[in-house]
Amino acid sequence: MQTINPEDFFLTKYDLSPSQLTSVMGRVLGKKIDYADLYFEYSTSESISLEEGAVKKVSKNISQGAGVRAVAAEKTGYAYSDDISLENLLVSAKTARYIAKEGDDRQVPAIKTDSSPHDLYPVETVPIDLPVEEKMRLLESVDQIARAVDPRIKKVMASYASEVKRVFIVNSKGGMTHDTLPLMRLNVTCIAEDGGRREVGSFGGGGRHEFRFFFEMLPGAIGRRFEHYAKEAARQAIINLSAIDSPAGPMEVVLGPGWPGILLHEAIGHGLEADFNRKGTSAFSGRLGERVASTLCTVIDDGTIPGRRGSLNCDDEGVPTSRTVLIENGILKGYLFDRQNAALMKMPLTGNGRRESYAHSPMPRMTNTFMLAGNALPSEIIRSVRRGLYAVSFGGGQVDITSGKFVFSANEAYLIEDGKITSPVKGATLIGNGPDILTKVTMVGNDLALDPGVGTCGKEGQSVPVGVGLPTIKISEITVGGTA
Amino acid sequence: MSFSLDQANDLLKEAQDKGATDGDIFVLQGESFEGSVRLKEIEKVNDARGKSLTLRVFFGKRHAMTSTSDFTKKSLDALLSDTCNLAKISPEDRCAGLPESSVCAKVIPSFDLFDSEVGNLSIDEKIDMAIRAERAAFSADPRILNSEGASLCNTQTTVHYAATNGFSGSYIGSSSSLSVSPIASENGVMQRDYWYSTRRKYKELESAESVGATAAARTVRRLGARKVATQNVPVVFDPEMAASLIACLASALSGYALYKQASFLTDHLGAKIASDGVTIEDDPTLAGGLGTKPFDGEGLPSTKKSIVEKGTLKSYLLDTYSGKKLNLPSTGNASRGPGSSPSVGTTNFHLLPGPYSPEEIIASVRSGLYVTELIGFGVNTVTGDYSQGAVGIWISDGALAYPVEEITIAGNLKEMFLNIEQVGNDLSLFKRVAAPTLKIAQMTVAGSERG
Repeated sequence: MQTINPEDFFLTKYDLSPSQLTSVMGRVLGKKIDYADLYFEYSTSESISLEEGAVKKVSKNISQGAGVRAVAAEKTGYAYSDDISLENLLVSAKTARYIAKEGDDRQVPAIKTDSSPHDLYPVETVPIDLPVEEKMRLLESVDQIARAVDPRIKKVMASYASEVKRVFIVNSKGGMTHDTLPLMRLNVTCIAEDGGRREVGSFGGGGRHEFRFFFEMLPGAIGRRFEHYAKEAARQAIINLSAIDSPAGPMEVVLGPGWPGILLHEAIGHGLEADFNRKGTSAFSGRLGERVASTLCTVIDDGTIPGRRGSLNCDDEGVPTSRTVLIENGILKGYLFDRQNAALMKMPLTGNGRRESYAHSPMPRMTNTFMLAGNALPSEIIRSVRRGLYAVSFGGGQVDITSGKFVFSANEAYLIEDGKITSPVKGATLIGNGPDILTKVTMVGNDLALDPGVGTCGKEGQSVPVGVGLPTIKISEITVGGTA
Repeated sequence: MSFSLDQANDLLKEAQDKGATDGDIFVLQGESFEGSVRLKEIEKVNDARGKSLTLRVFFGKRHAMTSTSDFTKKSLDALLSDTCNLAKISPEDRCAGLPESSVCAKVIPSFDLFDSEVGNLSIDEKIDMAIRAERAAFSADPRILNSEGASLCNTQTTVHYAATNGFSGSYIGSSSSLSVSPIASENGVMQRDYWYSTRRKYKELESAESVGATAAARTVRRLGARKVATQNVPVVFDPEMAASLIACLASALSGYALYKQASFLTDHLGAKIASDGVTIEDDPTLAGGLGTKPFDGEGLPSTKKSIVEKGTLKSYLLDTYSGKKLNLPSTGNASRGPGSSPSVGTTNFHLLPGPYSPEEIIASVRSGLYVTELIGFGVNTVTGDYSQGAVGIWISDGALAYPVEEITIAGNLKEMFLNIEQVGNDLSLFKRVAAPTLKIAQMTVAGSERG
């Protein structure tokens, strides 16, 4: 994609040589350090937003910096600066190694380039390199399409953002990895108004693609991708105009395909990140091999799906990403590891060591987390419910990994009455207990879908792009936080 | 590499030479240290030096914005050209522009925001503070058996702002924070909670022993939590959770939400939006306040404002742009962050204390919920619909009875603020957004089957 690889890019731009990097590494390793790495990042991003029918904000950002990390057993030292120079790297190295006891100088292995087995986002032209005018026109089209859906659509807000991130990682084992990561997204929010009542709808998508991704025709006469986003946001706002109060209390809930996979992310995924399990602070700690879900459930975290928002050629520690089985036919099979926790727990690497940027040290994080499809027809699942909730779109979710309690908030949901989808209901938060919610999955549909690509996960102050996926599933009971 | 106001003004001059009619530069330079310990050992030491420069240029009513953390001359020159080119192709926006110089701060007050002593502390001393706080949590109760650790954090931030309307100013601020997150176990079930103290100055932090003991007490009281039946009851918010409620109000009062009609408080200026006991101020001049600043993100002076007075909405929260959209002057609430245009933010946004002690408020409830933690994203600013996961303590016959979890509380913010029945006398000033204990007359608690 880029004519210059990030390794040469960084060494040239900041006037650094491999032997200088070795000397920085030597400085870190001057104490009893098990592992160390240097992480260089140079990111450029752009964002454009539209409201009231016109483009309002156009901006571009450059972010650069380098972090030095030292790991000694459970301890981590991390220091960064956004002035990348040998001098600052040496200062950071000295701070990072504070955590370790005095030791003898150690030989630093010769550095050689590791290559990732993956090439998951072979983009020829990164979106940011295309003229800004093309993106402005895209937003203007989104605005017109959303307004054309219904005269009750009064406000349309749309935003486009893209970035390209170059990273270069050198570690104390002598490995050197680099990657160039494109990422873009398009979000649409509509406000509908009728008789003094206002409701909101939103939709969006993206991934690690060429800009033309938004213009691809979707199957089934849906139109082009950006048209679909605009129409969905408008449709959801209109639907919500007639939503009645959501019921309150425990009931049968059917989750639609795609985005509702946020259930897995909150209820299961975070609790299976290795740091919490090593420390014994997760409700899933020490439960490998136990039944945590119904036999219908197989849950995967896969960072290797081409073009996905949550995918990476290698993680932020230079480890190639992989497909990790978390739950297989209901049995807990695996955790998600970064280097430090894999070493401490004596487990193989899974390529889940991620960080938001050079300003952060890595920790175990999810990539794309989803449940495999089952055999049931979605229509059959709906028909099986006498009284319940059908939730098809969600905003955000959150989990307390220690107690296992999690929430996720619907922004489009319907009542199911006597096997039929009836009234739309107002958004409500659903609350459950992570370690047992999947034991209540009684039907799994054949319609696995991944989310459209706008998910961001926050953990300990760090945000990273992620994906989720789910087939239609039925949960026999979950508490719905409505008012009716 | 540090940056000065002179450099900012030089860069703005170059923008004008390239034909820009106006421009501004916002620079943030920060350093921070965080030392975390877990189970009496250092777990993490984090040292950060970061900076960003955000440049806006206007060509009449066309404008664009860029930012960078690369302050080399070559990079800044390229950035300037890029920004001018972007601005020229951007559509006109009739409300775009800097504030008039007549409304900018003439005098920049020197608030006491900077801790000149914290820099003398060694890493060892800071780590020791965190170790003592965690130890205090462990020794407070035998059921504290694990920990997510304790952490001591110091940050210092320098702000430079310069604009072609003639305003330029700088200030430096700092903060220190100590937090502890213990884990308690009983009958094979774990619970986690936390406590913290944040101040402008390190020596004003609550003692490590006090922070640790409070964290332990908050954690242990969650043990044995159960679900309750679905029902409509009074809900008492502790000060932390009451603060989260008024943060929802601040979002709904942001000029940006208002002019987009994306707020349940659209067209409510002068209207009754809360019960009589509710008075809210935004005060950027508060001594020692974490939100205190000498001028806002567009150089407007800092003045204390009444936002809600005895339940009546007195002021929105506006910057210059959102003000123009609503035909109102800026309220001096422009807030800037790295790489973003001015937006609206609060400074020290406080709901003033009322007459009741928290004990009196709890005693007034026959059966209801005392909320100590909320999770989730179930707040809709457009409609005011509110549905959040909750953790707390059930109130029976006027006393805290037993912990509850895996429940939600739901209502509509419009009604919730009008139904604030009692306001506590326990406001802490050391938070940007703060409120005392609040009692809402009735909300829906969803849990197990209806009782």
